[in-house]
Amino acid sequence: MKRAYLVFTVAIVAGLSAHSATAQTLKTVKDRGMLSCGVSQGLPGFSSPDDKGNWTGLDVDVCRAIAATIFNDPTKVKFVPLSAKDRFTALQSGEIDVLSRNTTWTLSRDTTLGANFTGVTYYDGQGFIVKKSLKVNSALELNSASVCVQTGTTTEQNLADYFKGNNMKYEVIAFGTADEAVKAYESGRCDVFTTDVSGLYAERLKLASPADHVVLPEVISKEPLGPMVRHGDDQWFDLVKWVLFAMINAEELGITQKNVDEMAKSDKPELRRALGSDGNLGEQLGLTKDWVIRIVKTIGNYGEAFDRNVGAGSKLGIARGLNQLWTKGGIQYAPPIR
Amino acid sequence: MNGKPRKPPLQFSYKLRRALGGRAGWGGFVLQLLFAAVLAWLAYEIVSNASENLKVQRITAGFGFLVNTAGFDVNQNLIPYSGSDTYTRVFLVGLINTLLVSAIGIFFATVVGFIVALGRLSPNWLLARIATGYVELVRNLPLLFQILFWYLAVLAALPGPRQSISLFGIFFLSNRGLIVPKPIGEPGFEPFALAGLIAIGVSVALWRYSRRQLFQHGRMIRVWPYVFGLLVGLPLASVLLFGVPVAFELPVLKGFNFAGGSRIIPEFVALTLALSTYTAAFIAEIVRAGILSVHKGQMEAGASLGLQRGPVLRLIVIPQALRVILPPLTNQYLNLTKNSSLAVAIGYPDLVSVFAGTTLSQTGQAIEIIGITMGVYLLISLVTSAIMSFYGWRLERGMGG
Repeated sequence: MKRAYLVFTVAIVAGLSAHSATAQTLKTVKDRGMLSCGVSQGLPGFSSPDDKGNWTGLDVDVCRAIAATIFNDPTKVKFVPLSAKDRFTALQSGEIDVLSRNTTWTLSRDTTLGANFTGVTYYDGQGFIVKKSLKVNSALELNSASVCVQTGTTTEQNLADYFKGNNMKYEVIAFGTADEAVKAYESGRCDVFTTDVSGLYAERLKLASPADHVVLPEVISKEPLGPMVRHGDDQWFDLVKWVLFAMINAEELGITQKNVDEMAKSDKPELRRALGSDGNLGEQLGLTKDWVIRIVKTIGNYGEAFDRNVGAGSKLGIARGLNQLWTKGGIQYAPPIR
Repeated sequence: MNGKPRKPPLQFSYKLRRALGGRAGWGGFVLQLLFAAVLAWLAYEIVSNASENLKVQRITAGFGFLVNTAGFDVNQNLIPYSGSDTYTRVFLVGLINTLLVSAIGIFFATVVGFIVALGRLSPNWLLARIATGYVELVRNLPLLFQILFWYLAVLAALPGPRQSISLFGIFFLSNRGLIVPKPIGEPGFEPFALAGLIAIGVSVALWRYSRRQLFQHGRMIRVWPYVFGLLVGLPLASVLLFGVPVAFELPVLKGFNFAGGSRIIPEFVALTLALSTYTAAFIAEIVRAGILSVHKGQMEAGASLGLQRGPVLRLIVIPQALRVILPPLTNQYLNLTKNSSLAVAIGYPDLVSVFAGTTLSQTGQAIEIIGITMGVYLLISLVTSAIMSFYGWRLERGMGG
């Protein structure tokens, strides 16, 4: 039903709206007093609601950071849970202002969907999880296996490529949501469940006995996950892009939730620029001078958000790996704030 | 039939004309033409404006994606398919899977529905109560819930492939589905098929001949022995002359799953079970209503002519009941077909799952794909309705004698 409604909205918006209407997303968001953010239907670590309905996760924090820069209040976000196959339609139809839903950046998604990726929040790759009792140590031993996946993701194509490339047979059973796919895997319908490695760790927490399942070492694809915005509003595109860059730069500059007030008093030029003591960089984005302070005070820098949601300080306990800063052996790198 | 048949469409168009405030003749015609023109212009404006706007937003539009490579696999394909085929092929695979589950679901729903209806009408107290219980239980629970019940509670309880339940060492039942020997055509297949077709053709001709003799001359001819002889004898002769028509490839446990043999996937079984038992409950009530609508006097009249209960039901009650049953029965068939789109919940690769699901999210062309899918369901429904109307028309004509 939801999807029919979304498609209908796209058709109506596309069919009836006047030509060349310039989108002013920032103004719309300000008038509404609320950011509308598309997230997953529940992926621990990235976007999932707790028992009180509060959303947490790395993707959620990106949205909260955007809200913090605009309203100085990270709670002014309406989270819209979306299935993998409904997410782009929701963005196109204008139901959400930004899609922050563990979405893989690919060329075709960048060009055909009428939307742009603004950056990479998490460098991921696709992997496999199996029951320990199968005594499988490598994905190359999975010939003739039954594989459960969530439909509407890059996962299905990577899977086909991997098995074909390695001359292995397999059976794919594609489900509408990740929950259904995991349930079928747990019931024994499939030998393997596959998705992005971070997702495997997250879904493993939901299994009855997580210790009986093992994530195989192979990573079979590149899955850079990032937020998306609609085409045609460069101001909004810049804003969303630089909120993430600000979080990464803050970590690099050593600005943390705790020391941000002291850092603001510093006379180091790069800190003065980033924290708005010098220049009007925030205003150039359509925000206020203290935009970075607003983010770091409420959400923290990228490293803090990572640790809290998916890293050492979380139940998932995923190592920083590729997502470490470039200065510390990873590939997270943001253009400078100047 | 004597006299002219009623023509309800005329009354309808008269009412419509009155509702539109138009008069009969040219005035009304011009008004309607104008109305149609305005509608067509609106539709054109919407479509052209939409494609213009999509272009401005750089959202790809059009149907070019249909020839692109799909790049993903599907676990039930009745026509050859691999990941290197096009989205058009995916569409066909999904469509055939939808049609398959609908056709088999309709068949079982009808059979079970008729049996339950006769059960409810039966004088046997226990049988009637069981049938009533079935109807009340099944039709009052949500369908999605029933699909998940069959899939997650019943079929998932089957053992894994290595502990599968084996029947005679050639059928294997496990949570991966039912694996059966796969028939492979042998040289004797074509003569065998030909012999079978001839036997069926001649049998039908014989049966029609005997019916004509019965109705026109009142002669009863026993054709059953001949028909039986033909249907068994001819294929048997072909086997003796040309050899066996098919060989069977036996499934063998290899690695995680069975290799060889054909497989009926549990998603298909769960969906068919749920759709047919659910719809059967509604069909049972429709059939019961139809039979009860035939006046008791008809049965008594039949009995007074010396007919047994069986022929009374078959020749007098059911044909009249069918006139009442057919229209709502058609609705149930349409419902079943449309409900089959719930397949995505259990991973059955139907049209909505592989085309309006995976293909849509890979190409992002929501308007085109949803449009095509809606068109296909509309077409399936219209064709089903047409077949049922044709059947009803045949029935009317047959009864008019």
